[in-house]
Amino acid sequence: MSPSLAVDLAGLRLANPLVLASGIWGCAAETLVRAARAGAGAVTSKSCSVAPRTGHPNPTVLPWAGGLINAVGLANPGAAEERLILQEAHKSLIPLGVSLIASIFGSTPDDYAEAAELVAGAQPEILEVNISCPNVASEFGLPFALEPDAAAAVTRAVRAAYAGRVFIKLSPNAVNIVEVAAAAAEAGADGFTAVNTLGPGMLIDITARRPILSNRVGGVSGAALRPIALRCIHDVTRAIGLPVIGTGGVDSGEAAIQMIMAGASAVGVGSALLGEGDAVFSRLQREMLTIMQHEGIASLEEIRGCAHAG
Amino acid sequence: MLDNIYQVMRVTERIPEGKCGATLVLDGELPCQAGQFVMVWLPGVEERPFTLVNDTPVTLTVAAIGPLTRALAGLEVGARVWLRGPYGHGFPPPGRRLLVLGGGSGIASLALLARRALAEGAEVRTYIGARTTDLLMLPWYPHWSTLTLTTDDGSQGIHGNVLQAAAEQFAWADGIYACGPEPMLAALARSRRSDWPPCWINLERVMRCGIGVCGSCHCGSHLVCADGPVFNLEQVTAELLAPPH
Repeated sequence: MSPSLAVDLAGLRLANPLVLASGIWGCAAETLVRAARAGAGAVTSKSCSVAPRTGHPNPTVLPWAGGLINAVGLANPGAAEERLILQEAHKSLIPLGVSLIASIFGSTPDDYAEAAELVAGAQPEILEVNISCPNVASEFGLPFALEPDAAAAVTRAVRAAYAGRVFIKLSPNAVNIVEVAAAAAEAGADGFTAVNTLGPGMLIDITARRPILSNRVGGVSGAALRPIALRCIHDVTRAIGLPVIGTGGVDSGEAAIQMIMAGASAVGVGSALLGEGDAVFSRLQREMLTIMQHEGIASLEEIRGCAHAG
Repeated sequence: MLDNIYQVMRVTERIPEGKCGATLVLDGELPCQAGQFVMVWLPGVEERPFTLVNDTPVTLTVAAIGPLTRALAGLEVGARVWLRGPYGHGFPPPGRRLLVLGGGSGIASLALLARRALAEGAEVRTYIGARTTDLLMLPWYPHWSTLTLTTDDGSQGIHGNVLQAAAEQFAWADGIYACGPEPMLAALARSRRSDWPPCWINLERVMRCGIGVCGSCHCGSHLVCADGPVFNLEQVTAELLAPPH
């Protein structure tokens, strides 16, 4: 019997564990649906806030030797407009059997709750609460994800405003990510996306003698992030019995299997769309199946969290 | 492992375009397909996509509209420019009879195509349009076989737009190549007839990454940076004709 890539994510059945990560392609219904058709098991929209935002000026996204660095600055059309985008996407995603994850952010717990209420009408399967963007500190201060009480406050506010599944997006920068996750779990989270980009980091152009990003700093993603993401997912899932979408530098079937072994229920894919586009989803599925056949793994559930042992 | 994100080049020649634009010839090379683009950065100003008017040496044409284009258009010989790319997909190899339609600065993305086609012995009939004389770009470019200018206000050339002026040429051409403001491309899509030769258009969008990641340049389900910027007109007709959100 051939192995199965199907997974359960907080009671949702995904045909495969690959999830289009937030901030990648997710500005429009059409591109979310395209990623779904290309083989994503779920797709995540770009984070939206109550008020529209133009984001930072360019340069905002740059490829470098270890992956990407970005400081888009949470550009979005506002949650009311985003709801229309999500509704349009959802209509096409339902017949494909692909789940929709709506990402929100805010500047205060109440702000998050309002954004949650605004996108609720689109009935996403999961609401992802982005409390961990590292490139807006000059405007919003340090992310809520760095501190357990702050993470819990946002989670409580969203939980009170939104009846569906709430996933909290964790930061690899937290001093103790397990304490943050535990506080969010206690406050009513149904799961986590782990992790957001790392940093912020900086790139310097030696001829210009200055940072390249207009925001000077930005979140680091791609290959450089993967070992850190694996550790975060491992620690969170070992301590807390909630599902995790493991995200950070996954660019191969092997890396996706590593995420599952670390304890992830599903696997986010973002920076890997660079160069390859949405073909990455079918390639990663093929590579995962090859590994499963070679290693005698019938289902991903069989290996989920196996790295916790020992 | 070097990051090598940008190549730095210096301006070797500045050719004024109309009242406030410019064509900048740089001292470097970036071999590309005609229609591909580069992300151009001026530190402290901004970064935006620009088509390559030539790749050897790199040549850019800018219409001074925003902070970056105004800064670029004002650069003196010797000034430095930072570029990454080339990115995207350019035009397929052209045939022997090219009809080239450029609106405003859009003509810049058709210049390298024309230059190479002319060098191969093809005929290139070019129509360049703008709202008024001051905004006509690349009329001096030596690689058009024949050139017709149009202005919306009649201040130079034919009074009207390039689609009206070129109407008789659609049956002559074996390929139509267009770039310009979206209403011009939408009008092209609306008037498209089944007996026309293939139509290729170069779409312009605000881009952040330029490399198919962020999604901000999408046109329907297409990413202009990675799937384009050159599209067959049929690929994007629905999007061009869709009412704005």
